[in-house]
Amino acid sequence: MVREFLRENLKFSILWEWILMDECPSSASVVDEGIFLLGGEMTLKGRHLLDPSDFSLEELSEIFELADSIINDPASFSEKCKGKILATLFYEPSTRTRFSFEAAMLRLGGQVIGFSEPSSSSVAKGESIADTIRTIACYADIAVMRNPKEGAPRIASMYASIPVINAGDGGHQHPTQTLADLLTIRSVKHSLDNLTIGCCGDLKFGRTIHSLIKALGRYKNNAFVLVSPKELQVPEYILNEVLNKGQLPFKQVEKLEEVISELDILYMTRVQKERFFNEEDYIRLKDSYILDNEKMKHARPDMIVLHPLPRVNEIAYEVDDDPRAFYFQQAKFGMFVRMALILKLLGVE
Amino acid sequence: MLTITSIHKGIVIDHIKAGMGIKIFHNLNLDKADYKVALIMNVPSKKMGKKDIIKIENEIDIDYAVLGLIDPNITVNIIEEEKITEKRNLQLPDRVVNIITCKNPRCITSVEKYVDHAFYLSNISKGEYRCLYCDEVYAVQEK
Repeated sequence: MVREFLRENLKFSILWEWILMDECPSSASVVDEGIFLLGGEMTLKGRHLLDPSDFSLEELSEIFELADSIINDPASFSEKCKGKILATLFYEPSTRTRFSFEAAMLRLGGQVIGFSEPSSSSVAKGESIADTIRTIACYADIAVMRNPKEGAPRIASMYASIPVINAGDGGHQHPTQTLADLLTIRSVKHSLDNLTIGCCGDLKFGRTIHSLIKALGRYKNNAFVLVSPKELQVPEYILNEVLNKGQLPFKQVEKLEEVISELDILYMTRVQKERFFNEEDYIRLKDSYILDNEKMKHARPDMIVLHPLPRVNEIAYEVDDDPRAFYFQQAKFGMFVRMALILKLLGVE
Repeated sequence: MLTITSIHKGIVIDHIKAGMGIKIFHNLNLDKADYKVALIMNVPSKKMGKKDIIKIENEIDIDYAVLGLIDPNITVNIIEEEKITEKRNLQLPDRVVNIITCKNPRCITSVEKYVDHAFYLSNISKGEYRCLYCDEVYAVQEK
């Protein structure tokens, strides 16, 4: 009776989201067409990933451990998703993230359907996200969505009977990039605690930065050095609700040269043209922060350089040969962590 | 002198910041009410200098979330037999749905019109809400 009540009354309502925020992941799990079993065993099966904080640190650790197993023996996972279908719903262009998800599913033995731009789908006819996801859920077992509008994957999750993964929503969140970042840091630095993380470039519109700060802020004794022009500083909500509220040590500076020697990790981002309303602003700021060998001379020998890619000119090609440059390995870790995520959300052992 | 008769049963919304009464009147859809309603503006007040008051006859089922959002300092008096039987102090509601709208042009709610505009209280001391979808901050004072 309770299950039926929840099914009828909560599934498509905003209350569903409130319960998600309140109860997950501490005391609830979503199983069987999205029905909650309050107080039940915690599981990642059937869950959505919209924001990096959707998963507890224990659940993240579970994903990273599985990713480690995949890295150590990929062959043993090559048929785990046989018969399963991943839908990729990409409402704006993406090469890396889409290929990473598709490669992840194919390497697990599953198959992929989807669109890479809305003009080649019913979206061009004006179909809503709610209708698109409900239709796709009839064909696929799991869906990945990228959308230029912020919060779009959350709406999809409210109407979906299959797990929805946010693959980037405007300038808001990009949680699977964060998983890739965390797995890279964990693998190279052997810990996610006690780190000084420098974030450089477009910190205002760079969604990977927002997700990364939120995620690393949950681990112990991490400090942040935020390097950006004043116009592209982190948004107020990250400042107030994440850094200040969590009492995380941080400072905001404009020059990378002044702080590079303090960093364990330097996370570079590009100034994204599509996030600007005004082209003049973009042209004025795009070359603000470029990492080159001269700046790298001042960095610690064990500092690592990360970048979500694609880069434009914010990291000089000469830096690629520096052993501290980890951005291409980071892309590979991204695929492995997406493989682990797909397995966990599908509940495939 | 302006005289408004006391009500037998209903609600008196008191301590409304002068000038805000008309906003509450509209937000509670009192212009469409089929019961007796009085909006009294610029009433002298010891505490506030001037205040607005709304008296509603025979109706107690109002949306307290709307009132809390506009001004949590408002007091609501429940009247029975011409006497105040309960004084309700308002608080900012934890969550509000379809009362305020997200102003972020990049928010999905600007496109998908069937979706509820939902906000949750993110900072009680600053009176700040955040959009459930895009995390855009909404300060209560902006209203």
